Amino acid sequence: MIDYEYLLQLSPYSLNHEEKQKLYEIALSDLGTHHYMNCEIYRNLCDRLGQNPPLPVRLFKQYSLCSVTKENIVKTMTSSGTSGQAVSKIYLDKETSLRQTKVLSKIVSDFTGKTRLPMLVIDSKAVLKNRNMFSARGAGILGFSMLGRDITYALDEKMQLDWKVLDSFCKKYAEQEILMFGFTFMIWKYFYQPLKKKGYRLPLKGVLIHGGGWKKLSDIAVDADTFRKGLKEVTALKKVLNYYGMVEQTGSIFMECEYGHLHASLFSDIEFLPYSDFSCVKTNKKGLIKLVSLLPTSYPGHILLTEDKGELLGEDNCPCGRLGKYFKIYGRIKGAEIRGCSDTYEQH
Amino acid sequence: MNNLEKYNKAFMEILNVAELDLESLEYQKISAWDSVGHMQLIAALEDIFDIMFDTDDIIDFSSYVKGKELIAKYGVTI
Repeated sequence: MIDYEYLLQLSPYSLNHEEKQKLYEIALSDLGTHHYMNCEIYRNLCDRLGQNPPLPVRLFKQYSLCSVTKENIVKTMTSSGTSGQAVSKIYLDKETSLRQTKVLSKIVSDFTGKTRLPMLVIDSKAVLKNRNMFSARGAGILGFSMLGRDITYALDEKMQLDWKVLDSFCKKYAEQEILMFGFTFMIWKYFYQPLKKKGYRLPLKGVLIHGGGWKKLSDIAVDADTFRKGLKEVTALKKVLNYYGMVEQTGSIFMECEYGHLHASLFSDIEFLPYSDFSCVKTNKKGLIKLVSLLPTSYPGHILLTEDKGELLGEDNCPCGRLGKYFKIYGRIKGAEIRGCSDTYEQH
Repeated sequence: MNNLEKYNKAFMEILNVAELDLESLEYQKISAWDSVGHMQLIAALEDIFDIMFDTDDIIDFSSYVKGKELIAKYGVTI
């Protein structure tokens, strides 16, 4: 099997095209065989579709895809579906769960540094209430929490800004770098908008990391640029960085660099399939996104067919110096279901 | 209270376990010590001993016994 200990010692953006290809050839063959042997539904799929087929993310809603025995599952993660929508279920054993945490911390600290910064979460503590069934939102918050300290939640149970909490956090850390984390749409609606309305500018310096989808924001014509500018208006943040990832491949997320490019680390890969036939035989620069992650061993989610469109911008030559592919996302294909941490949040 | 007593008290209060069960306690083996409980435990230990763990050590903090070893790195003898 894959030597994860070794991979974790490498810098996450240190493999070039050839090195990565070599690693993935062996790793994916190992992972494919592992899931073929241990997950019956996956085996049936492979027998019809061939080795290592990309699984449409919707399959995780319709089937219980699991490559370990029930006793070994320590956590079941669910996509944050809206009410009435079927949710994906992702089964994690101890090893996969720990690996996800380690890789997430490895990737993010490449952007935030090793020091644990005071952390402001733009969400409500209430999201962590049901501890047995974790939503992608809760898991995201907890995963990022390992990189911060004095974790403070900016919103109350009703998703209103908790001014008292915010005030004391600002007083305490006004002169220091902080880490802010949240989901794109919620940050805009419950943090940016109320602050903007009151004309406040918080003296918070540091970096904001946000993810979870742009669908709801693009509906109200807020793009990445507007978002970044807006956040810098109401805070003193230096960096506003987006990330792309999904609950089916937690941990191996794609972080945006200082140049606005999303990057694949050595733990994940991305391909763009032609819209005409979604064939995986030859890949395009633009197309439907296929995602590869080396992390999942407890469920067959190592190769996924998403419902997102994107474009490859380059490989191994981003001005930020990180090796690997870099790309941008264009949003959902027509007819795709609504999913994602922030896009599925609805007031009840 | 000596350091061992403080360390034990944090576990017993946050994870709601008896002193007898501490030695064999491992992350994710009981429902209270899940990822939420883990972050609460880490925050409490940092407060009590006035230390700050590296992220890697938070991740490696996989059992009651392992925790003692990790805390020693920060100059706290238990």
